[in-house]
Amino acid sequence: MTLQKKDKTGALIGLAAAAAFLILVIVLENTLAPTSQLFVVLKKGAVYSLVAVSMNLLNGFTGLFSLGQAGFMLLGAYTYAILTVPVAVKDQVYYLFGGSAVKFSLPDLFGGLDTPVGLILGVILAILLGGCVAALFAWLIGLPVLRLKSDYLAIATLGFAEILRAIFQWQALGPVTNGANMITQIPTFNNFNITGPDGKVVLYLSAFFPLLIATLCIIVIVMLINSSYGRAFKAIREDEIAAEAMGINLPRHKMLSFCISSFFAGVGGALFAMFANNAQAKVYTSTMTYEILLIVVIGGIGSISGSCLATFLYVACSEWWLRFLDNKMVFTSTMQPKRIAFIVIFAVVVIGGAFLLIRRERKGPGRMWAEILTWIVALLLLGWLGYFIVTGSLNVPLMGTGFRMVVFSVVIMIVVLFFRQGIMGDKEFTDLFLRGKKAIGKEGAK
Amino acid sequence: MEFFISTLLFGISVGGQYALIAIGYTMVYGILRLINFAHGDVFMVAGLMGIYLNTFLAAYLPPALVIPVMLLLVLVLTVALGFCIERVAYKPLRTAPRMSVMISAIGVSYLLQNSATYITGGQPMIYPSIPFLSDTITVAGTSIKWVVILTPFLVVALVILLTQLINHTKVGMAMRSVAKDFETSQLMGIKINSVISTTFIIGSALAAVGSMLYFTTYSSVVPTVGSMPGLKAFVAAVFGGIGSIPGAVIGAFLIGICENFVKILPFEGATTFVDAFTFALLIIILVFKPTGLFGEKATDKV
Repeated sequence: MTLQKKDKTGALIGLAAAAAFLILVIVLENTLAPTSQLFVVLKKGAVYSLVAVSMNLLNGFTGLFSLGQAGFMLLGAYTYAILTVPVAVKDQVYYLFGGSAVKFSLPDLFGGLDTPVGLILGVILAILLGGCVAALFAWLIGLPVLRLKSDYLAIATLGFAEILRAIFQWQALGPVTNGANMITQIPTFNNFNITGPDGKVVLYLSAFFPLLIATLCIIVIVMLINSSYGRAFKAIREDEIAAEAMGINLPRHKMLSFCISSFFAGVGGALFAMFANNAQAKVYTSTMTYEILLIVVIGGIGSISGSCLATFLYVACSEWWLRFLDNKMVFTSTMQPKRIAFIVIFAVVVIGGAFLLIRRERKGPGRMWAEILTWIVALLLLGWLGYFIVTGSLNVPLMGTGFRMVVFSVVIMIVVLFFRQGIMGDKEFTDLFLRGKKAIGKEGAK
Repeated sequence: MEFFISTLLFGISVGGQYALIAIGYTMVYGILRLINFAHGDVFMVAGLMGIYLNTFLAAYLPPALVIPVMLLLVLVLTVALGFCIERVAYKPLRTAPRMSVMISAIGVSYLLQNSATYITGGQPMIYPSIPFLSDTITVAGTSIKWVVILTPFLVVALVILLTQLINHTKVGMAMRSVAKDFETSQLMGIKINSVISTTFIIGSALAAVGSMLYFTTYSSVVPTVGSMPGLKAFVAAVFGGIGSIPGAVIGAFLIGICENFVKILPFEGATTFVDAFTFALLIIILVFKPTGLFGEKATDKV
């Protein structure tokens, strides 16, 4: 099977999967209750996956270690918010500064938020402009800093993100950025739900919209990576000097990758503002960048589908699946199924974890103390479980506000320590389908 | 003029505290080529330990002994924490790609912050006042705490001690060698793991001392309190050329002083730009000297 043919099949499978996913989202959205946590995960996941893929383009495919993602998101979010606050509520939003310096609003130019044209054109134009502003700033920032190497580049871009955050909180720019206050009343994902004449929602599209935008953007990025530019980026990642010797213009390609990545980060920022219902500078901290870097690495550096998968797992874990850990839990009786399930899961996790750790120790350099330590900890935990069963205690210990994030960070540490290459390594999920075919192709050639 | 002197004193003191954290960053970077993102949080945990140990010890010990024992225990426990972090989170990834180790560091930082939020309930905690250090004195018309005056001297003393250790002991020689070339030193029979552990122990101990000084000056401890000083200390380390200890110390003092002068600049909203200014300074330096003031080639990196 030739490389191009394989690429084509892979692309088709990818497209089909994306389309099927989008259709599934529409169906789910109109069958499940709109309050389900699933939709928060889908919306936030859409935003984060776009930003993660844009970061992967830069860090994973071009090998430029940049930590400026939150700054570019901030630019996108603010551009979007400033351009879309309806004219009618501007005085209310900017009441501290006596109205906004920007006297127009994009959706209003096309007929207002209530008309489909005004909404779609206005919002999409604002999102794209958000991306463009981010790309423009990336170009300006890139001129001095792209000459720096690895960690120096990282800290310089991180610094620019922090500077941007300070500038947007500056009171003197209040008439434009609303100072340290957030810009509210902007069109959000919910504006895309189609309502009937009686004000009731006929068709829910609020999760579909961000996913559609994110999917389209990711398709563009994938196409870019598979083009000659993408090959040049990868060459730069592998070896800058060799790439230069092959005639790749280093500054130009680095700048291109940096600007494109920032463009999509800006688009992601605009979507994030829609998700959060506001634009607020203090949200876009370096912590946000670390979070996205974490997602990129957990997904696998240099794997687009890995980034997407990791984003949804990450967001679902932090926002949804582990949420029950934040509430105190008391069982009603000793034989309640939930209590039995808790005991079984606890025992399985402790025994399984200890077994895996000990096996790992025995495979590697046999260190006695590590094995003994594992034994002691495991036996202590099991001892506690025995105590829990015998006394018929009904209180689950430790659970309470904040415990979710502790468990979540432990899960992340486990993933980081045991899956060094990330979930997908540098493979794409379409490779999974193609592996069987490739084997057949090879046999055929024999 | 009085205002100028007190600002300068505060700047030097903050700079000294940054310097203590920055040394930890720069030493780890010199040896492992790892930005130890968890270092700022180790600093925060040291602060929290102080608070909890103080209340715990007050119940068992005579009042005069509480603070000294607390300080000693904080030092020991922080060192233990730094050692454990290295063993659990970084050592298994020794052969892994550089990015994985950095992510592990970010993961540890997450874990420490989230655990701190869980334990404290997210409420700001107040650091106990240390007798003598917390007492105020009037210098040039403004009253300032003793800690502000003593910090720079303590820092300079510690740094001299550290440079002696690195330049004139066997461990120090091993550290310099590992920083120069990881694999060759291993071939020369240097126990890499113990050298790395020593580095983390020294870094954590300095962070613990830094936390005592910092939280005596600014007494409120919240789970995210470590991130900004941590980031600034890292900036200081980059500023001076990451991997170089004198560079990190000079960078930290410069940043501390500049930051305090930006705070009093006479234009509206100057305080918003304190952090931004630090980064702007860093970028300007990097544009002209891409490897920092004392770049890798000019100095030994440990």
